[in-house]
Amino acid sequence: MNLVEYFARHHGEILRATLEHIWLVGAAMLLAIAVGVPLGIVVARRPFLSKFILGGANIAETIPSLALFGFLLPVPWLGARAERLAVAALLLYALLPIIRNTAAGIAGVNKSVREAARGMGMTDSQILWRVELPLSFSTMIAGIRVATVLTIGVATIAAAIGAGGLGEFIFRGLAMVNDQLILAGAIPAALLAIAADLLLGILEKRLRPVRA
Amino acid sequence: MASPPDSVQPSAPVVEFRGVTYSVPEGRAILDGLTFFLCRGETLVLLGRSGAGKSTALRLINRMIDPTSGDVLVEGRATREWNPIELRRHMGYVIQDVGLFPHYTVEQNIALVPRLQKWSGEKIKARVKELLELVGLEHFEYLDRYPHELSGGQRQRVGFARALAADPPVLLMDEPFGALDPITRGELQGEFVDLQKRLGKTIVIVTHDVGEALLLATRIGVMEDGKLSKLVSPHEFVSATDPLAKAYLSNLRMYEAAEHRAESSTEAAQ
Repeated sequence: MNLVEYFARHHGEILRATLEHIWLVGAAMLLAIAVGVPLGIVVARRPFLSKFILGGANIAETIPSLALFGFLLPVPWLGARAERLAVAALLLYALLPIIRNTAAGIAGVNKSVREAARGMGMTDSQILWRVELPLSFSTMIAGIRVATVLTIGVATIAAAIGAGGLGEFIFRGLAMVNDQLILAGAIPAALLAIAADLLLGILEKRLRPVRA
Repeated sequence: MASPPDSVQPSAPVVEFRGVTYSVPEGRAILDGLTFFLCRGETLVLLGRSGAGKSTALRLINRMIDPTSGDVLVEGRATREWNPIELRRHMGYVIQDVGLFPHYTVEQNIALVPRLQKWSGEKIKARVKELLELVGLEHFEYLDRYPHELSGGQRQRVGFARALAADPPVLLMDEPFGALDPITRGELQGEFVDLQKRLGKTIVIVTHDVGEALLLATRIGVMEDGKLSKLVSPHEFVSATDPLAKAYLSNLRMYEAAEHRAESSTEAAQ
């Protein structure tokens, strides 16, 4: 049985796992953006806090992914359901690029633009919403793009704790020493990563501000 | 501290420095005991080398920074007592690099302050039109353009329009013509003289260009190492005999001499 036949026969199962995978990554990314962008703003605004925030995100990034899933297992509410746990772990992985790029985008806003904004009597929050954030969108998206591709890869490991997704095929394939099973998980995951990279790349280019 | 007057008299100082010192946190004094005042309708040009403290003095007026000691008074009230946002909206601020918002069109840039102050759409539209005419950009093709699509001179004109948008009584300008080529600079300076007469604003300009100072100032303040070493009319400045004023003037005369030389050599060639 070749690979094409395998995909044809199991397309329902592969599709379900792919959707599960997208769900895991999507939920983790939305939460990571909701947490990471505000943290990135804090990093840009408060150099004192930036060490702690970036340090924390850096540590999360260095923990091997399988171990991170394990670490979170005893956490009360999180450990109760596998998907919850998986989303939390993926969120932690996705944070660093998002925080870092948000902060870099804000720090990269032209000095005279900021000086003019302040001099015109804009409040800090007006400067943030009308100037700094719009001008850092593209850099922010670049961070989200890196984080998304990374998360799609790491999410395959979520299957190890029973959270589903394309990793199921990979782990089953490894256990049964079956290449086709492994590829049934790996190929859709790779395609997802490429698609996300392309789409977010287009968005990033669209939002890139023209430097005056 | 002197009590502020109850109402601002027409002749009362609009901007006043009382023994103002400003030091950076590491301790170096950038401004040292600055005292002067400026009445309605005056144009004060702060002239000095880079690092003399001119821009720092300017930024104290709209409370971008607070003095280390002494008081800066605007309309009789110490800037510390002003709400910084209110104070800045009371003044137009023009900087060398203009600082137009790259993601806003010309219209959006100019309309920014009126919009923050919640003017009606129609009023804003009319004001933008009026301002573009004022700064010599009456061709409305400019409205929808972005700053990067404009020339340096056009950008500076839009910067002026933006600073004047809410009709502030005071105008602060930090090397406003510094980034322009000499011909564009001359054009804009000339137009600014007209604008000054028409608008009657109280203006503070920071520059190191002595020609600009003589052209635009009603008074010239020469700054040196954080001190105001001289505060005179342009007329007095030209006839001054101290070394610093002479150095500025000889600089100016050097160009005149070169021009003269060039003219006579053309005549000789003919």
